[in-house]
Amino acid sequence: MRFGIVIFPASNCDRDCVHVLRTVLGHDVEEVWHEAGSLDGVDAVVLPGGFAYGDYLRAGAVAARAPVMTAVRAFARAGGPVLGVCNGFQILLEAGLLPGAMLRNDVLRFRCTTVHVRVESTQTPFTRSLRDGQVLRMPIAHGEGNYFAPGAMLAAIEEAGQVVFRYCDAQGRVLPDANPNGSIRNVAGVCNPAGNVVGLMPHPERASEELLGSDDGRLLFESAVMWLETRKRSLVTPLRGSR
Amino acid sequence: MTTATLAPESVGLTREEYEEIRRRLGRDPSPLELRMFGVMWSEHCGYKHSKLTLQLLPTDNPRLLQGPGENAGVLDIGGGWAVAFKMESHNHPSAVDPFNGAATGVGGIIRDILAMGARPIALVDSLRFGPLHDPKSRRQAAGVIAGIAAYGNCVGIPTVAGELVTDPGYRGTPLVNVACIGLVQHGEVARSRAAGPGNPVMLVGARTGRDGIGGAAFASEELDTASEREDRASVQIGDPFAGKLLIEATVDALRAGGVVAVQDLGAAGLTCASSEMAARGGVGMRLELERVPLREEEMRPDEILLSESQERMLLVVMPEAADRVASIYRRWGLGADVVGEVIDGPLLTVHRAGAPIVSLPPYALAEAPVHRPAAREPDTLRARWAMPEVPQTDPAQALLALLAAPAVAVKRVAFEQYDHMVQVRTVVAPGAGDAAVLRLPELPPKGLALVCDGDGRLTSLDPYRGARRAVAEAAANLACVGATPLGLTDCLNFGSPENPEVFWTFRQAVTGIADACRAMKIPVVGGNVSFYNESPDGPVLPTPVITMVGLLEDVASTCGAGFRRADDMIVLAGGTDPDLAASFYVSAVHGMHAGRPADVDFDAHQRLLAVVRDAVARGWLSSAHDCSEGGAAVAVAECAALGGLGADVMLPGAPRADIALFGEAPSRFVLSLPEHRVRDFQALAASRSVPLTILGRTGGDRLRIAVEGQREPASTIDLPLIEIAKAYDTLSIIL
Repeated sequence: MRFGIVIFPASNCDRDCVHVLRTVLGHDVEEVWHEAGSLDGVDAVVLPGGFAYGDYLRAGAVAARAPVMTAVRAFARAGGPVLGVCNGFQILLEAGLLPGAMLRNDVLRFRCTTVHVRVESTQTPFTRSLRDGQVLRMPIAHGEGNYFAPGAMLAAIEEAGQVVFRYCDAQGRVLPDANPNGSIRNVAGVCNPAGNVVGLMPHPERASEELLGSDDGRLLFESAVMWLETRKRSLVTPLRGSR
Repeated sequence: MTTATLAPESVGLTREEYEEIRRRLGRDPSPLELRMFGVMWSEHCGYKHSKLTLQLLPTDNPRLLQGPGENAGVLDIGGGWAVAFKMESHNHPSAVDPFNGAATGVGGIIRDILAMGARPIALVDSLRFGPLHDPKSRRQAAGVIAGIAAYGNCVGIPTVAGELVTDPGYRGTPLVNVACIGLVQHGEVARSRAAGPGNPVMLVGARTGRDGIGGAAFASEELDTASEREDRASVQIGDPFAGKLLIEATVDALRAGGVVAVQDLGAAGLTCASSEMAARGGVGMRLELERVPLREEEMRPDEILLSESQERMLLVVMPEAADRVASIYRRWGLGADVVGEVIDGPLLTVHRAGAPIVSLPPYALAEAPVHRPAAREPDTLRARWAMPEVPQTDPAQALLALLAAPAVAVKRVAFEQYDHMVQVRTVVAPGAGDAAVLRLPELPPKGLALVCDGDGRLTSLDPYRGARRAVAEAAANLACVGATPLGLTDCLNFGSPENPEVFWTFRQAVTGIADACRAMKIPVVGGNVSFYNESPDGPVLPTPVITMVGLLEDVASTCGAGFRRADDMIVLAGGTDPDLAASFYVSAVHGMHAGRPADVDFDAHQRLLAVVRDAVARGWLSSAHDCSEGGAAVAVAECAALGGLGADVMLPGAPRADIALFGEAPSRFVLSLPEHRVRDFQALAASRSVPLTILGRTGGDRLRIAVEGQREPASTIDLPLIEIAKAYDTLSIIL
């Protein structure tokens, strides 16, 4: 598979994603510069974590208007799998490719720690081969990861099954104590209505090797690869059927 | 050129120094030149009071690729790779503006590592504040931690280890020392020696503004009560986004070739970088002020030459590489402008509108005169070695108080604010082991270990021994994670060197570091001296901080500090007798700053470290932790709190229970291991004549610590683990 990893200025986790996808998982990786006009030849796109454009103005706000985002939008519209990790999630929200917004963490501080998340939807390329309710252990590292959506929007997202991950304890219980940043309903990750664009605050690329404490994160990448292989064999069914 | 109308005192120089300038130039300096001398000959840039003493430090080592004298030291780690590392202080700016002071401190040390051609892979910070019940100290601590986080996180370099110590001796003079470590391939080590007349000199990165003017001179003065308001203009403002771009662009530019020399612009800005690069290369340099890109209009020449605007570097490049280098920086959104050229003959000239406004030999600026300050043992030193009667206390309450002291307590509140995982190298996270451990995917299965240690309290009671203890403890911390020391960088924080007692203390401490390093064959590859840490409260506690880097042959075999398995045996390794003299216990619990610290027996220490390291490498140990502040009882309690596992132990007897529990001695470890490994471990220890004492077992949800021969119930500690954990996490509530 060929993954495109978008490099914005100060995308600090770009090299980490390249390492995991290329060295650990053995895929082709194309480093896509933020001024690039196309994503031709790429099977899946990752917007890595970091502080794109210094996160000046608002986390992800400047990056959401970078030239490459035109291509990312087109790629997403065509059904290509797009994963936004941490800052990448913030960028997808600012770009309007995902619903909701980020507030500062309720603790009003940057938090770098390891959390558990529960898989809430397997209807995305990145969770297709996971189990509903499966608990994953992954690190977080962010100052603005307090996910918010106003009442009606939140209800619609929940109704449509667009919540992909929720913060939980090690047993999978979604409790206030397991919420590291104040996210509404413990939301840690969401997808677009079609399910092909996913954003999450935890870092799967930091949890892809046992030596670093967890390899749960690589399941997301492996799931996407399986989904892509299935699609390449033209056996793919639409991610979500019409209701 | 006009004759000086400025008084030397107005730029921080003495009459004698002014005469020295006249002697070197053969004329009076112009007012602009005098300002440049004022900053370059400040203690911060010129090391004039410390230079001779620092020559005591050993640098020789077969691994040494670059010792002191460059932007950072470089040591070989095998396989064609090397590590570059250095520690630096940012004390004065952090006292005045904690957030920005600490943030720019991080930025500055990163650029030193970058200037060696290395990609920065980790940060380590050592912090000292007044007691945190004081709102001012609390505000400083919170601001500094947030500042380090803001810069380090944004540039994508993990902060993986550190210290946080409080003492009334830091109330007016907090200390912020930051170390950075980077990786570089042998053939790609960059240097700062300018060469090749006709080679363009390029200023890259951010534009030059009016911020931080005279910062180096400010850092060489004592702080007074008005400093917080009046000196703000001397504090630079960092832009971590630009810092990150500068890292990426500089790594790319150096790799592309054609860069002859590189140096970061820190203290004294363009003046320092240009004169040092030219002096090191034995060449001259011609700068044209009009070509310096400015942030504001109408900047005066002295402002341009002395600005400490952050995120800038000076490069000497081959003429044919200039366009390529510039395009690399522009691709990253940064400026890259030719501002001058290397010239034949040792002359630094600065031109404005075609006319020279500065013309002097670079060495005259870069080589500050060397002082030989008077030294005198402090009058009160020996009187403080006498130990007063220590009252009896409830040991359980004392243990909880010690665990809650910032020097001991878990620094979760700080480490959680730092991204300590970016770059996917962190194997042992901060606080989880005695040192941080990073893997080296470049050289699998090797790893690096990083730790910093310093003890101002011990150093104030005996500077020679206190400094030796810091070096010994850093090496002990590395042994706990299974690492062998490669080298160290030091940051020496003291008061005014013009005070003979302060200078004597400084010299004793440097001698202690030097002797310890010789005994352990550890090179000092660079470092930093911060003098004039004085406030109306007096000089700061003398605080040498050691950042030590170690190498692990197999990173997967490393070991944490927390108990890991129930029913493991707990063992005390090392045979030194604990003592209350100069202990953290008498200071923190009884308010006594007294006693003479015990010295380190380096022969026994080395044998002990080898045993611990071997046992870690063989995978025998479940946990390893050195006994430092608070003695054996605190060490056991920390292992329990970190592992979330109780223990039942009996410590070796002593004349008083508190000596056994909280007494301190160098060279002791608390280890845990499965019972079936005990016999092998005993044989290993015996082969190196290292004494072991079996203390008890892990398990349960209580911590019980008894003392051999002490039968009264009051001398036994018996606490629920949850109370231990709560006390240990006190900083999360305070900060």
